[in-house]
Amino acid sequence: MKMINLDHISSKPLLPEIKKAIIAAIEKNYHNPSSQHKSGEEAAEALQRARGAVAALLNCKTPQEVVFTSGGTESVNHALKGAAMANEDKGRHIITSNIEHNAVIRSLRRLKSAGFAVTSLPVDSGGRVNPKDVAEAITKDTILVSIMHSNNETGTIQPIEEIGKITREKKVIFHCDAVDSVGVAPIDVQKLGVDLLSFASNTFYGPAGVGGLYIRRGTRIFPLLDGGVQENNKRAGTENLVGIIGCGKAAELALRDMDKRLKHLRTLKNKLLTELPHWIDEYIINTHPEFSLPNLVSISIKYIEGESVMLMLDDENIAVSTRSACATGSLRASHVLMSLGLSHADAQGTLVISFGIDNTEEDIDTFFKALKKVVNTLRDISPLYRKEPNSQNMHRSPVDGR
Amino acid sequence: MYNKTVMEHFRNPRNVGVIEDADGIGEVGNPLCGDMMTIYLKIKNEHIEDIKFQTFGCGSAIAVSSMITEIAKGKSLADAKKITNKDVAEALEGLPKNKLHCSNLGADALQLAIQNYEDKMAGVTRPDPVRKEKLEHSHGEKCYCPYCDIEIQPGITFCDACQSSLEDEH
Repeated sequence: MKMINLDHISSKPLLPEIKKAIIAAIEKNYHNPSSQHKSGEEAAEALQRARGAVAALLNCKTPQEVVFTSGGTESVNHALKGAAMANEDKGRHIITSNIEHNAVIRSLRRLKSAGFAVTSLPVDSGGRVNPKDVAEAITKDTILVSIMHSNNETGTIQPIEEIGKITREKKVIFHCDAVDSVGVAPIDVQKLGVDLLSFASNTFYGPAGVGGLYIRRGTRIFPLLDGGVQENNKRAGTENLVGIIGCGKAAELALRDMDKRLKHLRTLKNKLLTELPHWIDEYIINTHPEFSLPNLVSISIKYIEGESVMLMLDDENIAVSTRSACATGSLRASHVLMSLGLSHADAQGTLVISFGIDNTEEDIDTFFKALKKVVNTLRDISPLYRKEPNSQNMHRSPVDGR
Repeated sequence: MYNKTVMEHFRNPRNVGVIEDADGIGEVGNPLCGDMMTIYLKIKNEHIEDIKFQTFGCGSAIAVSSMITEIAKGKSLADAKKITNKDVAEALEGLPKNKLHCSNLGADALQLAIQNYEDKMAGVTRPDPVRKEKLEHSHGEKCYCPYCDIEIQPGITFCDACQSSLEDEH
């Protein structure tokens, strides 16, 4: 039976047009883009076309501001470690938030052990950083601010534009981890005022293992990988041209179809949020009602545990993701959900539902039916659930306060 | 991730529910470690005549609960007291290592339920006799690495055995 993928944050299908471009690139058997003969130049042109497509998607001033990498994780590592090391003569203080991805958290932990000081800012109950906190945290020693565009667990979008104005005024480098946003929501590096911005091709239906870092011209940054002069001396190593061509095609389609995709995804998200109360009660929506991705909803369902829900939905042929501590391998409650002020028990019942352009409204209906069944089954087993009839839905959104 | 036996018990858990006039009740776990388990016993002639469970937890926690009720049902209290968490994991043909210490609480809950029954019989009252509300897992005072299951010193931030970082994410 067909699986319904409501776990697009983990993996998106490769679109037919992109697959075709990748297969054509394999069949073409490109030479090395660094070689100066005709075969090499042909490869270099294909590389530049892909760079141009990504630069257009991000609204870069020149395609040279795009550096291709092996994906979001490498881009983030490059941005943070490269900018910190290149600017340590100016200062050794870095500012971030409490809800960043592990790529940021662990890169900064590494920098901390190398002698950098890190300030991590809290978020409000809606999951957002207050730009004023950023302004207040900046000292003479601050060289870098790193705040994510959208959170991978809640989909909540940060006030990047406001923070960008502050970092520009204070002349501090601003990195934005936009791995879950680029190609999904409109991203304009000029408008956001960022100096560095990380992205991944598989977020916008391209192949995994390819991504990139936007580096505003004039930003001081060292390469993460030292070696040859590829990528304008910013990322050594022979390019993954097949993957990059796939990424370029994906960027081209994301830009072309952005409005159409947004409309479809918003319809699905709206349907999920408005009809969910008809199916289950007593849950918390962790996704910001206004500032959030069009394709992701985080729900904490009370009295039950997320991994069990995920496994039972899997039996109903529906793929979702959970942020329950039991399912993450670390066996710890998600730092993002804890930052929102959720209790441990509520955090345990957290599902992340993420849509793609391949989902339909019927998929959501199927999900509702299955979810209701699973929630009832698990609540029947749960010692936390009391069977008194609940006259009202207890679901709340972050703005209602909790 | 889970083997067939675990998934079978997770999908079709045995003896789910509450015994309203239970002779013994045992509860273990807390939401911090993820799993909570309650065992209800009906005792007749020093034998477990009926046993039911309620569990809040992951796939392995539900499978463990189901399995402990199957193992314990019909046993004499003397025999039931010998059941360990290890026996339950073995009956399930193994659990993922990182689940052994947070989800494998079935025997602990059973032993507490038996103690609760025996306390009642002996007229002993304890302040909060059945629920363990400790932050650490209910395995005595020892700490174990959640990744490789090796005993570790409390409060360390790095497991020497498997090289895992044990720091909080912040």
